[in-house]
Amino acid sequence: MEIVDGSMAHENNKSRLEEQIDENLRRVYQQKLEEDVPDRFKELLEQLKEQDSHHGKS
Amino acid sequence: MEKAEPQRDANPREEIVEHLPALRAFALSLTRNGSAADDLVQDAIVKAWRNIDSYQVGTNMRAWLFTILRNTFYSDRRKAKREVQDSDGAFAATLSEKPSHDGRLAMADFERAFVQLNDEQREALILVGASGFSYEEAAETCGVAVGTIKSRVNRGRQRLSEILELDGDGTMELTDQETLAVVNAGMTVQRF
Repeated sequence: MEIVDGSMAHENNKSRLEEQIDENLRRVYQQKLEEDVPDRFKELLEQLKEQDSHHGKS
Repeated sequence: MEKAEPQRDANPREEIVEHLPALRAFALSLTRNGSAADDLVQDAIVKAWRNIDSYQVGTNMRAWLFTILRNTFYSDRRKAKREVQDSDGAFAATLSEKPSHDGRLAMADFERAFVQLNDEQREALILVGASGFSYEEAAETCGVAVGTIKSRVNRGRQRLSEILELDGDGTMELTDQETLAVVNAGMTVQRF
């Protein structure tokens, strides 16, 4: 390699770093996505639906 | 996907349930606290339900829901005027084992670093880096310019690198006890 200032190497490292950061972000996020949704949310949606039907319109 | 269309046209509210896991993940990234996150999701669902007319069928419902959720977060925050703490751990402590030395960044370390970012950087990174939003979608969700999202993402990544003191060859590893101490100190001292 003729590169003296190492800028290309620096760029490579930067993008590899970004990839790793994004991979970790996805893992953090994915972990949460895979959790079961607590029943309270499904119950909430049911309640909202029921309220609407009582009011005769949605 | 195709065959679900008629029902969705009939009532887009039916679609909300599909986005619950993503809403919870996004909420956690904002609040950094599991129970606060679920309260936030609950409020957002109620708002979304009542304002379903403002959702344009055929557009990105997840982005619409995320917008409601983050608006709720920031307006609650303004009202409460209090600093949110990572009281029950959530992202930070779900995996609080000691750092691994297999050359990969331990999740716990990453999460500890992540919660130290500011709100804007966290949400930009979660939207773009984790949930697969385009810069444009993220910009719309956050109500800012595309360039603003890009710079938040870049600064967020940069900050993560700094906190974790990632070394130049791309391996994410805490190099020494000093680094570890800094990361840990950051967690206990920092108030958001």
